[in-house]
Amino acid sequence: MSTGQLPRWVDYGLIPFVNLAAAFLVSGLVVVLIGENPLEAVRILIWGSLGYGEGIGFTLFYATNFIFTGLAVAVAFHAGLFNIGGEGQAYIGGLGVTFACLALDHIVPWYVTLPFAIIGSALMGAAWAFIPAWLQATRGSHVVITTIMFNFIASSLMVYLLNSALKKPGSMQPETRTFEAGGRLPFLNEVFPSFGFGYAPVNLSLFVALAACVLIWLLIWRTKLGFEIRSFGANATAAVYAGISPVRTIVITMLISGGLAGMMAINEIMGSQHRLLIDFVAGYGFVGIAVALMGRAHPVGIVLAAILFGMLYQGGAELSFEMPNITRDMIIVIQGLVILFAGALEHMFRPAITRLFTPSRAHAAEEA
Amino acid sequence: MSETPAIELRGISKSFGPVHANRDIDLVVKKGSIHGIIGENGAGKSTLMSILYGFYHADDGDILVNGEKVTIADSKAAIGMGIGMVHQHFMLVDNFTVLENVVLGAEDSAMLAGGLDRARIELKRLEEEYELRVDPDALIQDLPVGLQQRVEILKALYRSAEVLILDEPTGVLTPPEADHLFKILEVLKNEGKTILLITHKLREIMAATDSVSVMRRGEMVATRETRNTSMEELAELMVGRSVLLRVDKKPAVPAEPVMQVENLSVTDQRGVQVVKDVSFSVRAGEIVGIAGVSGNGQSELLETLSGIRRATGGTLRINGQTIDLGTSTLDAADMRAKSMGHVPEDRHRMGLINSFSEYENSILGYHRDPAYSSGLLMNISAIKENAVAEIEKYDIRPPNPMLKTASFSGGNQQKIVLAREIERDPDVLLVGQPTRGVDIGAIEFIHSRLVELRDAGKGILLVSVELDEIRALADRILVMFDGRIVGERGANADEGELGLLMAGVEDNAKMSVEGDAR
Repeated sequence: MSTGQLPRWVDYGLIPFVNLAAAFLVSGLVVVLIGENPLEAVRILIWGSLGYGEGIGFTLFYATNFIFTGLAVAVAFHAGLFNIGGEGQAYIGGLGVTFACLALDHIVPWYVTLPFAIIGSALMGAAWAFIPAWLQATRGSHVVITTIMFNFIASSLMVYLLNSALKKPGSMQPETRTFEAGGRLPFLNEVFPSFGFGYAPVNLSLFVALAACVLIWLLIWRTKLGFEIRSFGANATAAVYAGISPVRTIVITMLISGGLAGMMAINEIMGSQHRLLIDFVAGYGFVGIAVALMGRAHPVGIVLAAILFGMLYQGGAELSFEMPNITRDMIIVIQGLVILFAGALEHMFRPAITRLFTPSRAHAAEEA
Repeated sequence: MSETPAIELRGISKSFGPVHANRDIDLVVKKGSIHGIIGENGAGKSTLMSILYGFYHADDGDILVNGEKVTIADSKAAIGMGIGMVHQHFMLVDNFTVLENVVLGAEDSAMLAGGLDRARIELKRLEEEYELRVDPDALIQDLPVGLQQRVEILKALYRSAEVLILDEPTGVLTPPEADHLFKILEVLKNEGKTILLITHKLREIMAATDSVSVMRRGEMVATRETRNTSMEELAELMVGRSVLLRVDKKPAVPAEPVMQVENLSVTDQRGVQVVKDVSFSVRAGEIVGIAGVSGNGQSELLETLSGIRRATGGTLRINGQTIDLGTSTLDAADMRAKSMGHVPEDRHRMGLINSFSEYENSILGYHRDPAYSSGLLMNISAIKENAVAEIEKYDIRPPNPMLKTASFSGGNQQKIVLAREIERDPDVLLVGQPTRGVDIGAIEFIHSRLVELRDAGKGILLVSVELDEIRALADRILVMFDGRIVGERGANADEGELGLLMAGVEDNAKMSVEGDAR
C-alpha cells in the first residue's frame, strides 16, 4: 500500500506528467490517424487556451467550475466515499443561487447578494447529498449507486421546476428571468481590464473557488473533523476504535462534498448566465471526478488539474474551430484519454518509476 | 561421508531494497530429521522458507535438493521436487470437504468424480500410514483448528512431499493440540520425511527438533544439535545478548476494584452468542490475565468493554459509575473519557492507521483532547511535541514522528500504540495480544511498562493467547473457553492445568470468579 518511499516531486510531479504525456501521445496518434498534424494540433490547443487574454479567461472560467466539483469529489475521497453525484448536487445548487439572486438582485448590490448565493448554493447542494449520505451511513446503500440515481432525480426535478414555478411568465423558454445587476458577479475583465480577458465569462467566483481550496486544505489537514474524515477513509475499523462515529463522519463529509458541488452554480449562474437554465451543469460534475483523481485529492493538485481541464475545454473548442477534421467529439476523446491515463491507469507507470528512483528496491513490488 | 542432505542452501542472499532479509545463508537439513529454524520476528525465517518454496527468488546462492542443484521457479516447482509447506494461515476452502480440499489443485482429470474416488483411497492410505485421522467428508468449517492443520499436512503428503515446511504451526493451537502435532511430526520423521519447523518459541524447538538453526537479522548465526544446546543459549543467540525470560516484578498489592463486569453477554453479527454471561473484576494495582485459545470470545470481550461492540446484556462498573451495557450507546471515545485505555489485539487493523504518520497516530482516539487543539484547528506543534516525547520515552525507532507508521517494525508499532494509551494515564487499561509479532527486546520493554503501570495503581486486563505471557505478567488468570470464563487461577498456576482449561476440559474446582477469589 505504502508508496511513501518516493520523493514528493516524483509522486506529485513526475508521475502525473508521465501519465499526461502518455495521454497526449495516444491522442497524437489519433490526430495522425484522421490526417492532421499532431504538433500543429498541440500548438493550436495551447495557443487557444493560454495564448491570448480571452483564451486564458475562458480557460479560467472552466477551471473555476472544475475546482468546485473537483474539491467536492476530493473531500468525499478522503472519507473513502465516492461521490459521483456532483452533477446533480451542482444542478440543485443552482436553485440556491437563483433564489438568492431573484430575491435580492433589485434591492442590493452584488456583493451583498454573493454571501447569500454562496450559502444558498452550498445548502441546496448539501441537501441533495444528504439523502444518499444518510442511506449510506445508516442502511449501507452505496453512495455510488444512490448519488447517480439522484443525478437523474435532480435533472427531472429541475426540468419540472423550470417549466412551472420558476419559468419567466409569458416565456416559452424553460429558464428564469435574467438577473438584475444585484444578481450578477463582475467579470474579471471589468475588474482587471489590463489583463484583456475580453468577452471571457471568467468572474469573481474564481476567487471564491480559490478561497474554498484554502479552507478545504485547512479542513482536511488541520482540523479535528478533517483528521476524523481522513481516519475514517484510511481505516474505518481504526476510526471506530478511536471513537469516530461512522454515521456522523459519512453524513458530514457528504454534506461538505455536496455543498462544494453546489457552489459550482455560483460561477455558471451568478457569474456567467445570469439566469437559471436547463442543463447548465453540462458534465462539469462528472469531470470533477477526473480532476480530483488527477489532483490527488489535494487542493493544489486540484487547481492544477482544473486548469489543465480548462485548457482542454477552451483549447479544444479552438482546435475544432481551426481543424474542422477534429470535431467536438474528438476533443471529448482526448479528454477521455487524459482521464484514462491520469485516473484509471494511474498505476501503469508507477511501478517502473518507483524502481527507477529506488534502484536497490528492485523487488519491492514482490514484497508488497 | 554422510548421506546426501535433503535440503542444502549455499550462500542464499535476498534483499528488499536496502533491507537484507537474508544474507549469505548456509543451511544443511539432514534427511529424516526434524530441523528447527528459530529467530525473532523479522529475522528472515519466513523469507528463507519462501525462497525454498518458490515464492521469492534468491538474489544469490544455490539451492540443492537431494544433492542436486535446482532452480525453484514457483511453488508448483517446489511441490514437484517434493517440498510441501503448511502455512501459518491455512490455505483451505472452508465450505469444501476435507477430501475436496486435499484434491484441490491436484486433480488428476477433468472429471472430478473418478479422481475423488482415487483420492479417497490414497487419503485412507496416508491416514493409516501416518496416523493422521480425519473424516474425509467433514466440512473444513466444522473442524477445530488442530484438525484443519492436519488437513494441511495431508494435502502436502498427498502431493508426495518428502520435505515438509511448517511455518509457526502452533500459533493457533492449544498446548495439548501442539503436543499432538509434535507426535505427528515424530511419526512423519520415523516414516522418513524431513521436517523444517519454523518458530519463535524456544520450548517447541527443545521439545520437537533434532537440530536447530538460529537466525538473527537475516543471518544464520548458529546451528546446533538440539540435545547439545539449551533454551538460554538459543535465546542468547537469537537476540545477541542474554535476555530475561521472566518478568521481574514484585507481588501485586491490589486495592479496590476499578472495573467490575457482571453477566456480560455478546452476540456477534452472525447471531452467535460469543460471550456468555461473563462476570469478573479488575482491581487497582493488578494485572488480570485472560488466557484462552483465540476465538473463544476474548476479542469480543475486549471490543465490548472498549465501546467498539455492543453487548446484548450485562453491566460494567468503572470508577464507581454503572453502565448498562445492554442498552448503552457509549462509543470508544466515551469509554476513553471514563479513563479506559485500550491497546487493541490487532494494531494493523485497529490500533494504527498505517498510511498516517507517527505523530498523527500518536493521538488517534485522543484527537479531541483540548491539549492538542487551538480553537477549531489542531495544534500540530503540540501533537508533534507529545509524539517526540513518547518516542523518546518508549525508545521508538526510528525516532521520526513524520514517518508513516507502516514503515516501523512490529515492535516499534506496538510501542507507538502502547505509548499513546499508557501516557494518557488511564485507570483501566485493556490490552490485547501486546507482544504478537514483536521481537524479544520489545517484549521485555512492553512487559516492564505494563508492570510499571500496575505498580502505579492502575488496573490492567490482559488478553493473550501466549500462555507464557499470561503466566509471566498476570496476578490472576481467568481462562476463557467457548465464551465463558471456565476457571480462575493464581499467578503461579500449573501450565498443564491451564492447558486443560483452555481446551475446555471441565474445571471441577471451579471457584467463584469474584474479585477476591484466591
